[in-house]
Amino acid sequence: MITKDQIVAWLRRCADVLAENKKYLTDLDAAIGDADHGINMDRGFTRVVSQLPGVEDKDIGNILKMAGMALISSVGGAGGPLYGTFFMRAGMATAGKYELTNADVAQLLEAALDGVLQRGKAKLGDKTMVDALTPAVEAFKQTLNGNAETDTLTALEAAVAGAKGGMEATIPLVARKGRASYLGERSAGHQDPGATSSYLLLNALLTVVNEA
Amino acid sequence: MKKLINSPETFVKDSLAGMALAHPELIKVHYDPNFVYRADAPVSGKVAVISGGGSGHEPMHGGFVGMGMLTAACPGEVFTSPTPDQMLESAKMVNSGAGVLYIVKNYTGDVMNFEMAAELARAEGIKVQNILIDDDVAVKDSLYTAGRRGVGNTVLAEKIVGAAAEKGYGLDKLADLCRQVNINGRSMGMAITSCTVPAKGSPTFELGEEEIEVGIGIHGEPGIERMGMKPADEITEMMALSIIEDDAYTRTVREWDDAKGEWIEKELVDPPFKAGDKVIAFVNSMAGTPVAELYVVYRKLAEICEKKGLTIVRNLVGPYITSLEMQGMSITLLKVDEEMLGLWDAPVNTPGLRWGV
Repeated sequence: MITKDQIVAWLRRCADVLAENKKYLTDLDAAIGDADHGINMDRGFTRVVSQLPGVEDKDIGNILKMAGMALISSVGGAGGPLYGTFFMRAGMATAGKYELTNADVAQLLEAALDGVLQRGKAKLGDKTMVDALTPAVEAFKQTLNGNAETDTLTALEAAVAGAKGGMEATIPLVARKGRASYLGERSAGHQDPGATSSYLLLNALLTVVNEA
Repeated sequence: MKKLINSPETFVKDSLAGMALAHPELIKVHYDPNFVYRADAPVSGKVAVISGGGSGHEPMHGGFVGMGMLTAACPGEVFTSPTPDQMLESAKMVNSGAGVLYIVKNYTGDVMNFEMAAELARAEGIKVQNILIDDDVAVKDSLYTAGRRGVGNTVLAEKIVGAAAEKGYGLDKLADLCRQVNINGRSMGMAITSCTVPAKGSPTFELGEEEIEVGIGIHGEPGIERMGMKPADEITEMMALSIIEDDAYTRTVREWDDAKGEWIEKELVDPPFKAGDKVIAFVNSMAGTPVAELYVVYRKLAEICEKKGLTIVRNLVGPYITSLEMQGMSITLLKVDEEMLGLWDAPVNTPGLRWGV
């Protein structure tokens, strides 16, 4: 079970984590992109947090949609539409809810990932955020599989482990999407910044649920 | 980092504010969301031509707003695509009812943000088409990359398409023209130094004293190949031949189909250059390279074009699509027909490009 208050705490935690990792993400991006990913994500989640007070008492769907709109209008680059779509779709999947069951969380994650796939058209192995998100969503669903008693924390731990594995697996990959794709073989040997921020966001959710 | 800025956070806005003060007769600036627009917009009966992209490439795009070129431009943060709210609000502000053409450089972020903006604008009843510019021959294949980047040919496209809008072309005809300019133009760039994004504070990549980076885009991103410094003639020849001898280039782009009411995939092919072609030759500085060096490049480029049977009918030499303070240059060749040439010569009055007025 994940409550509305935990979703709000998650978004605040995302902002903290991205502020802490601003330089780290930007440095990863400098190696294979254009050195702005940490800066952009930090700016985006600062905007999300500034708009939270207006929606904090609404349902989870509304809160997540607000986060999506805030990211779309403040991040720019590829991260803006992709993470914006991630949270918009997550919000649409949780409309009207104040609590999320494990099945709701699975639906949220699946809808969010689908949105990213449609908007960005990346496939698994293209060295993008999809490489972290896909194994995370798979691991979450697999942990739940046939066991309604599984607690959310266990499933989230599996999801974050999946994201971490997927993120690290981007290191040897040659990028096929985004600005890193222009480097060809030279993009291999570097961890993808988008996969890294995706891992950080999911890990922030785990941290918040773990504290409950 | 030494830069004439007050802070990285205020850089884009401070620069826009100065530009508005310097050219009040040509442009106005709207803030939150940020965009530059023609002082006399909306222009009755004319299609609005809007472009945009990360800041740091000035005068492109904001400096090309004015009579005979762009109707509005959306500046993002430095080297970061602008956001859909900027593109939507600027479209609402400058649309005369004749529709809006978004000229979009092919970068993953720009493409996605402009697609979202077009969807939002259509929901508000505005006729919109998005046309991509993807002219960078340093990118060889479109299958395993995000495709060729939009670089120097963007400047030429904005001039020619802007002139056509001024002449009263409708949206569909304007989109056709923009597509033709795109497939007939090719570019390549190189860097002698890196550049420093203000918010990062240190150079995006390190280049040794005797090294150059070839096949760069316009964002200080590493290029396709790093090599030792060479005389200007050798570098110019290598780049000019990459452009002139580039094979037909095929890729799939997404455009809006009004009849079907959905995005459709369209295959476009760039025809290779051939002897007898008339071209506009554009030698561009990344900002840090002085004009005198650009003329050294132009001298060799003209010689190579002549040898290859290409007639340079017009040229543009100077810093027009830059990369902050980077030293380096790009070469663009655009094959033109009489229609494009006439539109190129048509009057233009913008902060960054002005003739015939």
